Amino acid sequence: MSFSEQFIVHEHDVLVIGAGGAGLRAAIEASAAGLKVGVICKSLLGKAHTVMAEGGMAAAMGNVDDRDNWEVHFADTMRGGQYLNNPIMVEHHAKESPARVLELESWGAVFDRTKEGKILQRNFGGHRYPRLAHVGDRTGLELIRTLQDHGIHKGMEVFMEMTVVSLLTTGGKISGVLGYDRERGRMRIWKAKAVILATGGIGKSFRITSNSWEGTGDGHALAYQAGAELMDMEFVQFHPTGMVWPPSVRGILVTEGVRGEGGVLRNNEGKRFMFDDIPEMYKNQVATDEEEGWRYVCGDKNALRPPELLTRDHIARCINREIKAGRGSPHGGVYLDIAWIKEKLPNSAEHIQRKLPSMYHQFKQLAGVDITKERMEVGPTTHYVMGGVAVDGDTQMSCVPGLFAAGEVTAGLHGANRLGGNSLSDLVVFGKLAGEHAAKYAKNNAAVEVDQEQVLAHTNAIMEPFERTTGENPYGIQHELQNTMQDLVGIVRTETEMQQALVKLDEYKARVKNVSVIGHREYNPGWHTAIDLPCMLVVSESITRAALERKESRGAQFRDDYPDKSAECATFNVVSKKAADGSMQVTRRSIVPIRADLKAVIEKMK
Amino acid sequence: MSTPTIQSNPVDQSNAVQFRIWRGNKDGGEFVNYEVNVSEGMVLLDCVHRIQAEQAPDLACRWNCKAGKCGSCSAEINGKPSLMCMTRMDSLPPGKVVTVEPMRSFPSIRDLVTDVSWNFRVKKTIKPFKPRKPDNADGSWTMFQQDIDRVQEFRKCIECFLCQDVCHVIRDHHKEDEFIGPRFLMYTAALEMHPLDTEDRVGDLKNRDGIGYCNITKCCTKVCPEHIGITDNAIIPMKERVVDQFYDPVTRLFRMFKGK
Repeated sequence: MSFSEQFIVHEHDVLVIGAGGAGLRAAIEASAAGLKVGVICKSLLGKAHTVMAEGGMAAAMGNVDDRDNWEVHFADTMRGGQYLNNPIMVEHHAKESPARVLELESWGAVFDRTKEGKILQRNFGGHRYPRLAHVGDRTGLELIRTLQDHGIHKGMEVFMEMTVVSLLTTGGKISGVLGYDRERGRMRIWKAKAVILATGGIGKSFRITSNSWEGTGDGHALAYQAGAELMDMEFVQFHPTGMVWPPSVRGILVTEGVRGEGGVLRNNEGKRFMFDDIPEMYKNQVATDEEEGWRYVCGDKNALRPPELLTRDHIARCINREIKAGRGSPHGGVYLDIAWIKEKLPNSAEHIQRKLPSMYHQFKQLAGVDITKERMEVGPTTHYVMGGVAVDGDTQMSCVPGLFAAGEVTAGLHGANRLGGNSLSDLVVFGKLAGEHAAKYAKNNAAVEVDQEQVLAHTNAIMEPFERTTGENPYGIQHELQNTMQDLVGIVRTETEMQQALVKLDEYKARVKNVSVIGHREYNPGWHTAIDLPCMLVVSESITRAALERKESRGAQFRDDYPDKSAECATFNVVSKKAADGSMQVTRRSIVPIRADLKAVIEKMK
Repeated sequence: MSTPTIQSNPVDQSNAVQFRIWRGNKDGGEFVNYEVNVSEGMVLLDCVHRIQAEQAPDLACRWNCKAGKCGSCSAEINGKPSLMCMTRMDSLPPGKVVTVEPMRSFPSIRDLVTDVSWNFRVKKTIKPFKPRKPDNADGSWTMFQQDIDRVQEFRKCIECFLCQDVCHVIRDHHKEDEFIGPRFLMYTAALEMHPLDTEDRVGDLKNRDGIGYCNITKCCTKVCPEHIGITDNAIIPMKERVVDQFYDPVTRLFRMFKGK
């Protein structure tokens, strides 16, 4: 079969991989520049993981508390990220989020309202003022549907249920991508002048996760294999509140909005343990007693936040501590209680159902728990990766010419820990920037010829599992990998365990070369899993090596053998890059220097 | 014809549940029997995953969030259009074989996966949102919660297409070329009832989208996993708008003089 018969070939100016919030926003922007734009989605359009976002999107609009502005949001984000963030990206984000929210409204989004008819904003962890524009607890659905319904009229070509297996480069520059469609298993080449990665996260490398099957770190691995750098990969966010019971729903997210609306955390002694451990940098931002915390939830401007609204990294560790100390709930979590507000509100059941409809539904249907009357059992779940492709803070381009990235697959905005609500705004702020700059790049650079040898080599590699008749089932390796990462590179890390993890990862790498799949190429999930595995391995190795390199505890990374922050480690980000011999090289890079005016903003907000 | 039963190993007989899962493609297929050991709290999608992992790695099914939020894992479970991820095993009759089929109104791709692309094509034909000019200098609008409650109800839709699957106009009469189905009648209603929207889609509803085919049997409402009042709150009000605009004698007279 000739080359042209073997592959379906598409051609675009800008090609976006991923159709969550960042990908769709990028595609809309690039289309607006008058270019031919393609969007590849791993699932059906509108099903990407953005749909799972619940609590809201952070934007300093000041609709509920007029003391809020971009400077406060900037300082909150830097503090939450423990100052490893790229300040240029944090500045873009804090300044541009409000305009992105209004833009969504102009495209048909319907946010909850204040009494005055403005967009309502809610409290969330680490945000000084109520800042999250939201729609009950299904904000992600609103975001993705709005972008989808607007985007389909803007001329972009959408490729549903297709997966990219390799970025193609010629002379170090992007020339396109290689992938397959699920329906028929046909190989396809998308030639493109610029490629935007918007592939989301990596949660599937862990056993307990809030992420769907798609979160296999494809974009991270594609970028790495193409020569881009991965940064801050040691920072994996374990969301403090995932479901723990029944076992089949373990890890499914319980929105921080529950705590934003007054939900409290208790151990099996009934104690609100979060009051016991307030980090130094938040000492003057936390309520002194339960009463003050409730007043804050109700909007009293003179009250300080309850400790349940501290940052996620800290809360996840406190929960972990309670469980390990034997003060956990029967199924290995702690209690999250929103039902208690009935003491304060006469119509609490109705109020909870209106503010948290999905949570009510989710617990009622999956766990048989009525959250308006009973406590929930919750525990940490792998939720988000702060690390990702290193990009220029203004243009979102990686070190590979023509390769851009936006959203979760990118590093820089969140530093060592992401604040809840900063993800949805991240998607639209940086989706727009990536779309804009990729369009510029595509206009200023001619198409690069695709290297046919490269295409054939990658194609042969992914077909190999069909040729083996006696190899291993890919699901088995995936399962073991998830256990390794969960048990050895999880919330609490040590040198010894992570070294063990590296040995295991090497073993899986060897075994992946010997997986076999049955059946044919049409919609074959076993084959798809076999193709996802190498991506998961790159991501897992990068997380482990970066976590070993950072010999301190900061943000989402907690090292039992280095339990404190170190001044030295505050000066660098950890970068993974593929070396010439194919091995993973890990280096330290000085953090992006902060401009004097931005430094002054941080000082002012201390 | 007897079909082979493939067992997960080892099966604890006390919790073993029998499944009949449709396997095939557009050229046809058959039910294959599986047996799965079911533990407390499992949903049907867990069982399908267990079959994939242990017995049939190439069993095709679509899924994403596993929490009833994305609407990917639609199927017909014991004949009822449902989300696999929200169907608790303990909600099914004990001791009975569980039948799992793909949505039957859409063309088959493979096993439990169907071709739902028609829905995406239909959506594109509906006139998009067109807001009035912003109310305020900063580009924002003033809207009150009571005015958007209904639209927000419709926007809860997760596009699982179970309502399209169950609707007899599509399922039995295959009016896909003349009828947009409950999902998109409600989508249109959400746009029409959006306080900021200035577009008019009522003519399209009558002339092109086939709203008249709906005879309000409410099957769509019954299967909606988001419990949206599709028929009562969206379709009936849209039918009323069509009547007001096209069949009301006063408006008709008025239109005659206006020449419209």
